[in-house]
Amino acid sequence: MSHIIAELFPPSTLRLFELIADVLIVLTTVSIVGVLTYTKKWVWLWREWLTSVDHKRIGIMYLIAALVMLFRGGVDALLLRTQLAFPNNHFLGPEHYDEIFTTHGTIMIFFMAMPFLFALFNVAVPLMIGARDVAFPRLNAVSFWLFAFGALLLNISFVIGGSPNAGWTAYPPLTELRFNPSVGENYYFLSLLIAGIGTTITGINFMVTILRMRAPGMTLMKMPMFVWTVLVTGALIIFAFPPLTVSLALTLFDRLFGSSFFTLGHGGMPMMFVNLFWLFGHPEVYIVVLPAFGIFSEVVPVFSDKKLYGYPIMVASVLAITVLSYGVWVHHFFTMGAGPGVNAFFGVSTMLIAIPTGVKIFNWVLTMWGGRIRFTVAMLWQLAFIPAFLIAGATGVLLATVPVDYQMHNSYFLIAHFHFALIGGTVFGVLSGMYYWWPKMFGYMLNERQGKVAFWLFFIGFLVTFVPQYMLGLEGMTRRMYTYPPGLGWSSLNLVSTIGAFTQGAGFLVIVYNVLWSMRYGERDLTGDPWNGRTLEWSIPSPAPEYNFAIVPVVHDRDAWWDMKQSGKSEAFKVKSSAIRPVHMPKRSAMPFLLGLSFFVVGFGMTFSWWVIAIIGGLGVLASLLYGAFDYDDFEELDPEVIRRTEAGLGRLQA
Amino acid sequence: MSQAVRRYEETEQHLPIEFADYHESVKITGFWFFLATDLLLFASLFGTFAVMRFDFAQGATPAQLFHYGPLILETLLLLTSSFTCGLAIYQMRRNNQKGMLMWLIVTILLGMGFVGTEVHEFVSYVGMGATWHKSGFLSAFFTLVGTHGAHVTVGILWALTLVVQLVQRGITPRTSRKLFTFALYWHFLDIVWVFIFSFVYLSSMTGGRIA
Repeated sequence: MSHIIAELFPPSTLRLFELIADVLIVLTTVSIVGVLTYTKKWVWLWREWLTSVDHKRIGIMYLIAALVMLFRGGVDALLLRTQLAFPNNHFLGPEHYDEIFTTHGTIMIFFMAMPFLFALFNVAVPLMIGARDVAFPRLNAVSFWLFAFGALLLNISFVIGGSPNAGWTAYPPLTELRFNPSVGENYYFLSLLIAGIGTTITGINFMVTILRMRAPGMTLMKMPMFVWTVLVTGALIIFAFPPLTVSLALTLFDRLFGSSFFTLGHGGMPMMFVNLFWLFGHPEVYIVVLPAFGIFSEVVPVFSDKKLYGYPIMVASVLAITVLSYGVWVHHFFTMGAGPGVNAFFGVSTMLIAIPTGVKIFNWVLTMWGGRIRFTVAMLWQLAFIPAFLIAGATGVLLATVPVDYQMHNSYFLIAHFHFALIGGTVFGVLSGMYYWWPKMFGYMLNERQGKVAFWLFFIGFLVTFVPQYMLGLEGMTRRMYTYPPGLGWSSLNLVSTIGAFTQGAGFLVIVYNVLWSMRYGERDLTGDPWNGRTLEWSIPSPAPEYNFAIVPVVHDRDAWWDMKQSGKSEAFKVKSSAIRPVHMPKRSAMPFLLGLSFFVVGFGMTFSWWVIAIIGGLGVLASLLYGAFDYDDFEELDPEVIRRTEAGLGRLQA
Repeated sequence: MSQAVRRYEETEQHLPIEFADYHESVKITGFWFFLATDLLLFASLFGTFAVMRFDFAQGATPAQLFHYGPLILETLLLLTSSFTCGLAIYQMRRNNQKGMLMWLIVTILLGMGFVGTEVHEFVSYVGMGATWHKSGFLSAFFTLVGTHGAHVTVGILWALTLVVQLVQRGITPRTSRKLFTFALYWHFLDIVWVFIFSFVYLSSMTGGRIA
C-alpha cells in the first residue's frame, strides 16, 4: 500500500505550489458538485450537455474547456516569467521549471489553441453552409470527449505521479526511460495519443461536412472564407496527425515495452523521432493559424462593410500554404547537421510560405481600404493581428536563413518569433472569433467597452512581453534556462518581459469579467444579425434552434445573407408554415462520454503500468464501440409542428 | 452541392444499395477519409522501417529470420480473403443474403488463418531470441508488420459483429453500407500487405537490393 502511495505522490507533487493547486482543485470540485446537487442540475447536465450530440453545444463545451486551459497555461507562463524576472532567482527550482515550461507548451498548443478553434468550427461551420449538423454528430461528441479526457489526463499529472518534463516536443533521449524514469512523460504520450484520435476524427468530420452537406447553390467558390480554411485544416489534420501518432506511440513502446526505436543503444535512432514529430509539428502550426486567417476573413468584410477583396487569390493562398507546409519541417533542426543541400532546400521552401501569407495580408488591408470601418472588439483583434503577424513572418524568414538560424537556434529570438505567430495569429484570431460569434452561441452580446479594455491590456502586454525577448535572443539568451547570472545585459529586459506577461494576465481577467458581466447584463440579440453580417449564420435566430434552419436556404451569391438582404429577399426568408418538413435529427447518446472515460482509464492504467486498470479501461472501450455498432436507434424525425411552434415563437413564421 | 438536399428528399434508386440513402452515403465518404489517415499511419511506419532496416545492432538479420514458407502462406490467405470479400459484396448487391453471409464467413476464416500464421511466425522469431528489444530493425519490423496484423484482427472482430447484424436485420441500406465500408477496409489491408510483402520481406531477403 505504502509503495502505491509513494508512486502516486512522489516528492515533486508535494511542493508548495502543487499543494496550493491541490487545495484549489478540491475546493472547486466540491463547490461545483455542491451547486449541481443543491440546484438539482445533475440530470440536466447529463441530458442536455454530457450526452449531447448537437454541434452548437459541443462547440460551447470546447470553448469552456479551452478557456480553462488558457487559464492553466497562462498560470504556467506567469510562473515561468516570475522565475526569470530577476537574475539568480530561486522562485522555482530547475526541475520544477522544466515541468512548467513543458506543460505550458503542451497545454497551449494541444489543449488550448486546438479546442478553441474546434469550438468555433463547431459553432460556425454548419450554420455558415446551411447544414442541420455536422456529417457525423455522434463522432463529433466522441472527438470532444477524447479531447476532454486527454486534457484531464495531462492535467492530473502534477497532482498524481508528477508532470512531464522534456519540453512540449519530448525529444529523445530526454524521454528515454533510463534517463527519465518518472511517469510524467507517460502522461504526455498517452494524453496526446488519446486527444489525437479525437482531433483526427474532427478533421475527417469537418471535411466531409463541408464537402457533402452544403446548402443548394453553394459551390466551392461560393463558400465563406472561414469554411475554406476549415476544409484545408481538415486536410492538414488528416495528413499531419498520423506521423504524430506514430512518433508518440513508438516512444511509448520504448518506455513501456522495451522496444528500441529512439534509444541510444540497440540501433535506435533519436533523430527519427525528431523527423516524425516535425512532419506533424510544422503542419500543426498551420492547423492552428489557417482557421484564424479564416476568422479574420469573415470579420474584416463585416466590419468594413465591403466584400472580401480578392477571394479567389485568398483561396489559392490557403491552398498554397497547405501544400508548402509539408515541405518545411527540417527547418526546426537545421543545426542537427543534415548538410548544406538539405538545409538550403528547406530554407527556401520555408521562405516561399511568406509569399501566399503576404498576399493574404495585402488582401485584408485592401478589404479595409475605402470601407466604413467599425472598431468593434472583434475588429480590434484583427487590426492588432496584422502588425503582429507581419513581425512574426519577417522574423520567420530570418530564421529560415540557414546561417542566421545557426546563430538564433533555440534562443529567445525564436521564442519571441513563435509567440508572435501563435499569440498574434491564433490567440488574437480565436478571441476575435469569440467576440464575433458570441451572440450566435448564447443569444447576447459581450460588452464592447469591457472587451476593449481587455484588448488593450492584452495587446500592450503582448508587445511588452515579447519585443524584449527578440532582443534577449540577440543578446544570446537561450530558451529553457531556468536562471541566469547578473551582468549579461539580460536583467532589465527580462524584468520588462515579466511585467508584460502580468499585463496579459490582467487582460485575461478582464475577459473573464466581461463574460460574467455580460451573462447577466449584456445586450440580448433579438435580431439574430447584430453585426449586419454577410453569411448564412446571421440569417437565423440567436442562439440557433436545435434544427438550425427551418428550411434549408438556397444560395446564389458568395455573401449569401448579404445578397438576400440587398435584394430585399430577407423577408422572403421567413419560413412558410406549409414548407416545413420533418427534420432528420441525431439522438443524444451516452456512448461518446463513456468511450472517452474508458480511454481515460486505459491511459491512467498504462501511465503507471497498472495493467489490470488498463485492461478494465480497454474492455470499456470495446463495450462502448460494440454498443455503438448495434445501436440503430440513433436518429429521429423532428415533428414539423415543433419547428412551426419554435419559429412562430421567434416571430419568423410567414402567415 | 445542390444535390445535397435533393438526395436527402428522394433517394436515388439507380445507385447500389449501400449508396442509396443519403445519410449512409455520407458515411462512405467519411470512411475514405479515415482510410487516408490509416494509409498515412502505415506510411509513417514504412518510413521508420526504411530508416532503421539496417540497424541490426546485436540482433538477428533478415536473412537469418525470414523464410518463404510462412510468407507465401500468409500472402495466399490474405489475397484470397480479399477476393472472397469482393464476392460477399457481389452477393449483397444481388440481395442474396445466404451467399453474402457465406462469403463473409469464408473471408473471416481466411483472415483468421492469416493472423494465426503471423502469430506463429512472430513466436518463432522470439523463440530464436529475436525480440524487438534487440535492435532498431526488429523494433521497426515487429511494429510495422504487427500493426498490419492488429488491423486484420480488428477487421475480423468487426466482421463478426457484421455477421450478427446482417442475420438480425437482413440487407438494408444501413447494414449494406456497413458491410461495404468493411470491404473497403479489408481491401485496403490487402494492399498494405502487398507493400509489406515486397518492401519488408522480399527486399530484406535479397539484402536490400530492391527498393
